[in-house]
Amino acid sequence: MKQSIMKKIPKELVVSLLAVVLGLIAGALFMLFTGNNPFAGYSYLIKGGTMSIERLGNTLATASPLILTGLSIAFAFKTGLFNIGAPGQVLFGGFCATAVALSVNAPKPLLLLLSVSAAALGGALWGSVPGFLKAKFNVHEVVSSIMMNWIAYWVVYYAIPAYFKGSFLETESRKIAHQASLRVDWLTKLFDGSYINLGLFIGIIAVFVVAFILNRTVLGYELKSVGFNRHAAEYAGISVNKNIILAMMISGALAGIGGAIIYTGNAANLQIGIVPTQGFDGIAVSLLGANTPIGVLASAIFFGLLYSGKGFMNAMTNIPPEIADTIIATIIYFAATSVLIERGLDKLKRKRRGN
Amino acid sequence: MWTLIAQIFPYAIAFTIPLLITSLGGLFSERSGVVNIGLEGLMVVGSFTGAIVIYTLQPIMSPDLAVWIGLLAAALAGGVFAILHAFASINLNANQVISGTAINMMAGALTVFLARNVTGSGNIPIVRGLLRRDVPILSEIPVIGRLFFTSTYATTWLVLAILLLGWYVIYKTSYGLRLRACGEHPHAADSAGVNVYKVRYIAVILSGAFSGLGGGILLVTIAGEFTGSVAGLGFLALAALIFGQWKPLGILGATAFFGLASTIANVSSVIPMLKVIPGVILKVFPYIVTLIALVAFSKSSQAPKAAGEPYEKGKR
Repeated sequence: MKQSIMKKIPKELVVSLLAVVLGLIAGALFMLFTGNNPFAGYSYLIKGGTMSIERLGNTLATASPLILTGLSIAFAFKTGLFNIGAPGQVLFGGFCATAVALSVNAPKPLLLLLSVSAAALGGALWGSVPGFLKAKFNVHEVVSSIMMNWIAYWVVYYAIPAYFKGSFLETESRKIAHQASLRVDWLTKLFDGSYINLGLFIGIIAVFVVAFILNRTVLGYELKSVGFNRHAAEYAGISVNKNIILAMMISGALAGIGGAIIYTGNAANLQIGIVPTQGFDGIAVSLLGANTPIGVLASAIFFGLLYSGKGFMNAMTNIPPEIADTIIATIIYFAATSVLIERGLDKLKRKRRGN
Repeated sequence: MWTLIAQIFPYAIAFTIPLLITSLGGLFSERSGVVNIGLEGLMVVGSFTGAIVIYTLQPIMSPDLAVWIGLLAAALAGGVFAILHAFASINLNANQVISGTAINMMAGALTVFLARNVTGSGNIPIVRGLLRRDVPILSEIPVIGRLFFTSTYATTWLVLAILLLGWYVIYKTSYGLRLRACGEHPHAADSAGVNVYKVRYIAVILSGAFSGLGGGILLVTIAGEFTGSVAGLGFLALAALIFGQWKPLGILGATAFFGLASTIANVSSVIPMLKVIPGVILKVFPYIVTLIALVAFSKSSQAPKAAGEPYEKGKR
């Protein structure tokens, strides 16, 4: 009986869950070493993200952009590409959404459609450059995307004060009107004034769309073939170059939409001089979710919980909020070294069989 | 024009040096066949360790001695932290880019976490960094003396010496030959009796030590305090490595270019001649040039052939 249950659970899930457990244990050890009580730490961390309707809403809101950036990285991974350019795509996509939100006057549904589309286009544009360079010149996408991150950083750094300067500060854009925000009254009321917004629904829709593209369409099949074995795909008549560019554009578009959620949903303006960490966190979300859309959704909500609870934990204990990032990074290290976990599992299985 | 060049030159050199040493670390790692995208995180580890050692020692001993002990500690810490990456990518055949990313995330989070336990704010200031000094005699040489030997940091000469030594090790010693063989064709190296795992371990640890030193130098020459990041310099060092085509002299040129371009962008607002160029152009210039260089070199790329490939003994 036990054996059959063990077989039904996918190995990726077991590895991810074990990575989480190991990461949490490492976090507990760090708390212990710095003279804090890990039980108190974790209970405040979880309470901070869940103890009221409002905090629950904030947890989901924090998770929303992570769903998009996680999907972005996962989508590129499926084609064998490492899109470390997500931060730049988030930033530039978010900038495009902010620009539309501040300069177009239209009814709310139309305006939101426009700003989110602008974000997707901006992100796709930013993703297309590394994709094109990879396809045509075999330039490694990691280095070219890192360059694109910095270009996005500086372009936005100069464009916001030049065109959308805030009324008080040089370092941020004007506040967008409620009409242009992804926040809607019924959702805010439902969650007791939380900053939760339509971004959550965009994220959930994106999960289904990406799952559909990857599993049910010719495009998805081709993209995955390129990811599995580029030469075999080429031989089978699939245009590898076209698929690489397309994968980076879709990946960039997803990250760009994440930017729209961050700057026109969770926040109401864009601050310059900050690289959106959600882009890098997408790597962690994607890895922990075993690069599957549904896994991305689950791990984004888990990370959302860690991030939204850390402030409360910091207020109630002496534990610095960076413990959340430390735990996430440790989880990723264990996910990256999953061979170790797999070897351990195999050993365990063999022992059982021996008995 | 001359005064302008003479003014910005020391800053450009100061900016180049941490990049150069980190890039040289990346060179050792990648030449052995291990891609190390964790240079950024390893620099952060060096900067943190240097800061905490100097912060503790400066009140009780000569500030200069404390700085040098701090730099040594920074290099050691970087080397030790790099073992995590070596273990993942050499023993466990992990995806090296992912392992490196984990190193970056872990370094950024863990160091600030620890720093907060020390100072509360998460920033660690040092009382005094390294002082600029003129090189005796050589600074009297016209033109060159003013540019290269006036008000220099001792670390600049240290790093240039390491670069020279690195060049010698890579091209003129048996370890260097083995290192390059492991990066090009590990199976051939193995059948010639080279211990691929050992060579790669040494290379990755060296890359950590150099990056850690780079982070430490950044701290004592430019930054003056630990803030939890090195502002993307590690990634820039990685780009310089490719720009410089995995060659010691190549990366010297590439990092010098980045140093000069960044310095010009930083001081442009106070120099009338540069004021006419929009700031954003100057800021993105180094990155655009890197993209163009990547394209230009793509046909004749000198990348180590086995970089990024895990080595499995039995696999042929």
